[in-house]
Amino acid sequence: MSSVATTPKKGFDFKAFLANNGALVGLVVLCLAMFIATPRFLTGPNLMNIGIQVSTIAVMAFGMTFVIVAAGIDLSVGSIAAISAMTSSYWVTTAGLPDGLSIVVGLAIGGLCGWVTGAMSAYGKLPTFIASLAMLTIVRGLTLVISDGRPIATGDSVSWLGGDLGFMPVPILILIVSGLIAAFVLNRTIIGKNAFAVGGNTEAARLSGIPVKRVLVTVFVISGIFAALSGMILAGRLDSAQPTLASGYELDAIAAVVIGGASLSGGVGRISGTLIGALVLAVIRNGLNLLSVSAFWQQVVIGLVIAIAVGFDVLRRKNVRH
Amino acid sequence: MSNDALLVLDRVCKSFGPVQVIDEVTVEVHAGKVSVLLGENGAGKSTLIKMIAGVHSADSGRILMDGKEVQIPDTKASEALGIATIHQELNLVPSMTIAENITLGRVPRRFGIINRREMRRIAREALDQLGLNLDVNTPVGDLGLAQQQLVEIAKALSLDARVLILDEPTAALTNAEIAGLFEVVSQLKTKGVGMVFISHHLDEIAAIGDFVNVLRDGKFIATVPADTPENELVRLMVGRDIDAQFPRQAATPSEQNLLSVENLSVGPLQNISLSVRPGEVVALAGLMGAGRTELIRAIAGADKYTSGTVKVAGKKLPRNDVAAATRAGLGHVPEDRKTQGLVLDASVAENIGYATMASTAKAGLVDRKGQRTRAEKVAARLRIRMGNIDQPIRSLSGGNQQKAVFGRWFSAGAKVLLLDEPTRGVDVGAKVEIYELINEITASGGCVLMASSELPEVLGMSDRVLVMSQGRIAGELATNEATQDSIMALAVSNVHREDEMGKK
Repeated sequence: MSSVATTPKKGFDFKAFLANNGALVGLVVLCLAMFIATPRFLTGPNLMNIGIQVSTIAVMAFGMTFVIVAAGIDLSVGSIAAISAMTSSYWVTTAGLPDGLSIVVGLAIGGLCGWVTGAMSAYGKLPTFIASLAMLTIVRGLTLVISDGRPIATGDSVSWLGGDLGFMPVPILILIVSGLIAAFVLNRTIIGKNAFAVGGNTEAARLSGIPVKRVLVTVFVISGIFAALSGMILAGRLDSAQPTLASGYELDAIAAVVIGGASLSGGVGRISGTLIGALVLAVIRNGLNLLSVSAFWQQVVIGLVIAIAVGFDVLRRKNVRH
Repeated sequence: MSNDALLVLDRVCKSFGPVQVIDEVTVEVHAGKVSVLLGENGAGKSTLIKMIAGVHSADSGRILMDGKEVQIPDTKASEALGIATIHQELNLVPSMTIAENITLGRVPRRFGIINRREMRRIAREALDQLGLNLDVNTPVGDLGLAQQQLVEIAKALSLDARVLILDEPTAALTNAEIAGLFEVVSQLKTKGVGMVFISHHLDEIAAIGDFVNVLRDGKFIATVPADTPENELVRLMVGRDIDAQFPRQAATPSEQNLLSVENLSVGPLQNISLSVRPGEVVALAGLMGAGRTELIRAIAGADKYTSGTVKVAGKKLPRNDVAAATRAGLGHVPEDRKTQGLVLDASVAENIGYATMASTAKAGLVDRKGQRTRAEKVAARLRIRMGNIDQPIRSLSGGNQQKAVFGRWFSAGAKVLLLDEPTRGVDVGAKVEIYELINEITASGGCVLMASSELPEVLGMSDRVLVMSQGRIAGELATNEATQDSIMALAVSNVHREDEMGKK
């Protein structure tokens, strides 16, 4: 189209790839740096370790991506993870009900909690930040009530979630499968496309006949279910559901989504980006551990990484739109 | 010309890319006089104002203040020259008090601490100049729109403004508030403030203006006294054969009503009944605030209504249910495409496809191929000019964006189009294309209900005109018998307004 003479593009446009995949490039650079700093980074057991570490945050963040794409935020996911792990364990260990159903019960509780947050926000007109903040406290409180403040041993099903299948850790399998499902739902189904439209411009979506309130409730239900899954993986690894399980995880999940390129003002986000965001966080933690950097300094580094990653993204978008 | 002018724009020109929006326009502002800018949308009024306010700079020509040539590269420079602009969107902070707003950016300080007493004094003085009796400690957000506007004027005066530009200040005001504003304007005249006034209401021009500068398509047409007869002003403003500009091809309407509204009431709307037959274009005319948008939105299912019924082809629609209205064949092109019509970061294809996404989905999966094909077809048919169908709709021109909103409903097979200001902010060429779309709808047995503030459009594109006033339908006119005067007479058919105008 343009009359400006440019060298014809040969195959791969490296510059455009860099611009569009900043987080991925950052992840690769980060991995190289870690490998140079400590050869132990790139060993099989350590990579497995990172995979297991990342699975809980990533699964939670997959659900969070739906909420953020719809221009909301879900602060309750850490608490939902805990209550789901707790109820599914209570179901088997304390109540003595069939173990086969415990995972379903956990997921249902997660979905129900998400439904409540979504309903508060869609029909009660509370901002999602406030509705989910309220649920963060309510659900954590209920978890403590159910458990009486003590850990409960998990049933066999939930323990299996934290175990191995042959040489493969189950959390990594769940990470892969749930990531594929999340990407499919977000990109190919009405649910996902509606979330993008609502997040991009709520009023335009409504005037086009998209059921905005139902969409809002749905994304919170999805977020709740993924949070529940994440909580049960976490409990399964410990073989017990702790009442303080996953507390503070909501911030990591949000950070992963945002590092992955989603916009907090809605309408933009990718599951692959979220996975990369979660990996960035996990690789930094793992690498700093290998380098024996103190846990206190790790927090400082993670904060800086979030600021830098999102800062780059803002700059990039400004250049694109000029 | 005369040397006593406060501010002169001398043969200024401005183009954006290849489009010449201002072409050798000369306008004078005199102390103690109100100079009206008159012209259709797109005539170049706002560009002209932005030149004075320092938002745009002129490509050629001179700007003179007190006879000396000046440069206005930015808004600060404009302010320093004593020029203040009151935009339609006010620049006030609603949560701050009147005093804080008036002294915003130049808060009086003593030893680094805000001097509240001095701040209140400055504000008090500014309000007194306008004879406003308001408590300076009131948060601006608690005031009505009209009072907020007066506060903004007071703020401008406290900055020693000598030239005041009022951009459609009456557009959102009630009649009593307009009277109040005009009283203030008269006071400012006696204080020697020069004013530029923009309004689409011809009656206001006679009530408040001193002389009128008419613009058309970026060109200066004439300066005439404010008491020039209205039909002469319209002729100067439009200046061309309306028929050519509005290619309405009337279809023969059949008898059965396609859209009928019975006794609909909500908020300001009282007992609205109307019907539109297949092949018909019915225009809703009326002043700002008459309830046209509210009516359109209620029919479209966008807002609730308290009583009444809406029927499409004899079938009653549930209230406040856009999805049901869409299924029944209704399509709504809202007033503001940027905030209500489009998801700006989404692609052209996605924006066209929103209304058909759910109905074409199979088992919850989006019909991606079909959505794309439909969007491509509609885009070609509506001649939406774009690079490709996947580019963000943000990057399209206003006219093409608007066509995409139409395209959404064409693709959904809508039979009844509810249009709210369908050509606002659309260039002349795209306007005609949109009018042709309206013809297509009616030729194929659909119907259109169109709310419009532009009388030429109402007269040029409709078959019947319903004139609204204060939430009621004040009257109905056959378009071929209607005139701007007869429509305006119905639109202002409320005694109070004429009284207030008479007082001036």
